[in-house]
Amino acid sequence: MRSLRLTYLFQSTKGLVLLAIGLVTFVTFFYGMLSGPMAEFGFSEIFIKATGMQLIPAEREGRIVILYHAIANAIVAINVYFITGSVPMRDYFRSMINGIITVGYITVMVFGLLFAYFGHSFIYHGIYLFGLSLVFFAGVLLAVALWPWKKEVHVKDPAYSHTKSGLDLERVAFFVMAVAMLGSATFGAVTGSFWGNGHETFLAEDLIREPEKTALQLSIIGHLHIMLTLVGISVALVIGRWFDFKGALHKIAMPFMIFGTIIITIGAWSVVLTEYAHYIIYAGSVLVLLAGLILVIFAWRKLIRTGLEEKGIEKGSFGDSIRALLRDPLRFGSTWQMVFMNFNVSFIGIFVAVKLDEIFRIWPLRDERVILTGHWHVLAGIIATIMILYYADLAGLKGRARKVFGWTVIIFSDIAFMSATIFEMKRLFVSEAEQQPIVNWTMILIDIGIAIVLITLAILLIWRLADFFKKDGRWSEELADEGLDKPPPPPPPLTAPLYPNDTEQEVQS
Amino acid sequence: MKPAVLSLLLMIFFLVGCSTADPSQDTASLTYDTGADPDAWALIHAGEFLNGLHEHETMIEYDYEVMVNTVTNAQFADYLNEALKTGSVEIVGDEIVGFYQGDEFHGGRHEEKITEGDWLHVPLNESGLRIESVDGSFIALPGYENHPMVHVTWFGAKEYCEFNEWRLPTEVEWEKAARGTDNRPFPWGDDIGPENANYYSSHDVFEKAFGKAGDTTPVGLYNGGSYDGFETVDSPSPYGLYDMAGNVWQWTGDVYEGQHYRYMRGGSKANYAYNLRIWTRNNATPEYNSPSVGFRCVSDPIGS
Repeated sequence: MRSLRLTYLFQSTKGLVLLAIGLVTFVTFFYGMLSGPMAEFGFSEIFIKATGMQLIPAEREGRIVILYHAIANAIVAINVYFITGSVPMRDYFRSMINGIITVGYITVMVFGLLFAYFGHSFIYHGIYLFGLSLVFFAGVLLAVALWPWKKEVHVKDPAYSHTKSGLDLERVAFFVMAVAMLGSATFGAVTGSFWGNGHETFLAEDLIREPEKTALQLSIIGHLHIMLTLVGISVALVIGRWFDFKGALHKIAMPFMIFGTIIITIGAWSVVLTEYAHYIIYAGSVLVLLAGLILVIFAWRKLIRTGLEEKGIEKGSFGDSIRALLRDPLRFGSTWQMVFMNFNVSFIGIFVAVKLDEIFRIWPLRDERVILTGHWHVLAGIIATIMILYYADLAGLKGRARKVFGWTVIIFSDIAFMSATIFEMKRLFVSEAEQQPIVNWTMILIDIGIAIVLITLAILLIWRLADFFKKDGRWSEELADEGLDKPPPPPPPLTAPLYPNDTEQEVQS
Repeated sequence: MKPAVLSLLLMIFFLVGCSTADPSQDTASLTYDTGADPDAWALIHAGEFLNGLHEHETMIEYDYEVMVNTVTNAQFADYLNEALKTGSVEIVGDEIVGFYQGDEFHGGRHEEKITEGDWLHVPLNESGLRIESVDGSFIALPGYENHPMVHVTWFGAKEYCEFNEWRLPTEVEWEKAARGTDNRPFPWGDDIGPENANYYSSHDVFEKAFGKAGDTTPVGLYNGGSYDGFETVDSPSPYGLYDMAGNVWQWTGDVYEGQHYRYMRGGSKANYAYNLRIWTRNNATPEYNSPSVGFRCVSDPIGS
């Protein structure tokens, strides 16, 4: 008998995202106990004993690599759900992609963590690799599903960015991102295939001052940087669809996004070939950051305009505009975090690059390493908060709860991220002998910020979990909205049009 | 946000922000005699050992001796008094400097020129330095005589060793001395705990007194003794060396082609425990000094 609850959880966009966010939160919460302040408080020992983990000191780097993959694959899956849920594509593609990537990321998470933390059964490792392969295959299907050169997916509304022939440039941007991610995943996979046969596990931050790096090491360094970048690009594109990004700004932003993605990806791949790859990456980054900035301008103008319209104000004062902008923290927050990222990541990165030899290479390696790991975690954290804010909207948060949730996530995550930035740059202001007060202050702010964001997210997830066990909860409405409450129809022929009543419509630009 | 919640958060914030006594201002509050002999040396025999995280078999084809403990403040103060008399170092302003012949420059990426001339050995006005000049003579601060010498640059450490006709260990010499011939991750064995070494948040007596910043511990503290109720486990390396993990990073002597960085090993009081794994490397410019960096010397075996 067909279970509607399982259908919701494993087939609907909202159910799949709920499941993935729940699993990522679970893993982040428990594995966060193994290091940092939770370890200082002694939680790690309790956790290790309670779970029977086997933590061999020499295997720390390998464990971290697999933990990253366990979380990152789930994040990629969430992005794929966002894309399949918001970009037009055939239903059977949507079902296949979502199904395969779900099995894939859960396999990666379960068997990767079993291999890394609970003994080294290479059966687990094999199944972990199988999971990675499934995620990759789902990505191939996604690229096929997003193929933008079919006439049926050409733009119907000339307000969206398109070519003269009607090619939907936003769809091209999604497609390019997906293909770039597949190629970039290959860079990791090829190196991984040499594991134990010429390649030795390492963390990139440990190699920063090595004058000579092997091609396999460079390949991994390129891989990890471009994967996070592409996840960021993917999230920005999804947020663009959420805002129904269109008009003149859309027409400027999408080419920037497409060419920026291509150039950054080529730059990251060419890290293996040339030390000048950074210049290519810089060029691509400028284009992508410009596209992001244009999206933010569009989103904020739209928030202000619609906010004023809701209040019946024709021409508002500055204060009215600010109130309109801030009235929905989920929508405002998703774009504010993109702006905030520049203060914590982009500008810091540029400053470090410009002053590298003058300042940061005077510091000991371990202090420079703190900048890199802090920088990396802050960027990943900011992307995660944007995804959380978007999910909260999908989950149906409304009214006061929406405001409290949104502002809590924005304020406390930003406190944590800013504190992390001060922590990583502390040697600019204080010497090692005098650093402890600043370490104490920043660490407590990081901990409070992250803890409150995680608690807030947990409350949202518990709310949705409680709803999930109600007979006619929101989940059943959401299932019906996606048309999944009835048995699926037989698959249409491959040649069936996506928009049966609309195939002949051409773009009038 | 409700005022009560805000108040609670602020209270936690201020409480955590507060630190306990600053060790740099409190020179003699904790004094322990560990029984360590600062002049003791250990002999390391020629042979293979497993080098690095990935355990590459590496041969050292000669015997050598290594200091059992890192050089102490008292030892360094005595050396300075001697070296100042002979002129091998001198005081310029608030710095002790000495001559270095310079590195061969290879134009490596990010490589800086280390030229022939006088280079910083010890800055005399750094908070955290445990030696001082009294009536023209250097002494260790009271209570810190048996703590490791810190705030010494690579040039200063090198000169100390060479003044005594010793040298800094190479990285492989250091690692073999710490690890022995098996694949242990820590000098004393497979696991690390607060009873083995001085690392960040290890809750040793100095952390209890001075807050999480802690302080250096006297050399050889982790010898199974009890210090004001703080129980240690005897934690030597297979060759009987103490503090080969934690307390202070230790300069090594290698100068690598294409880079000006000098490498340190062992982890310090300022690092989490995983940084104390034997193969962990740190590096900095040779003029770098900090309250977490010290050194020990090696020599050829007596009679060789």
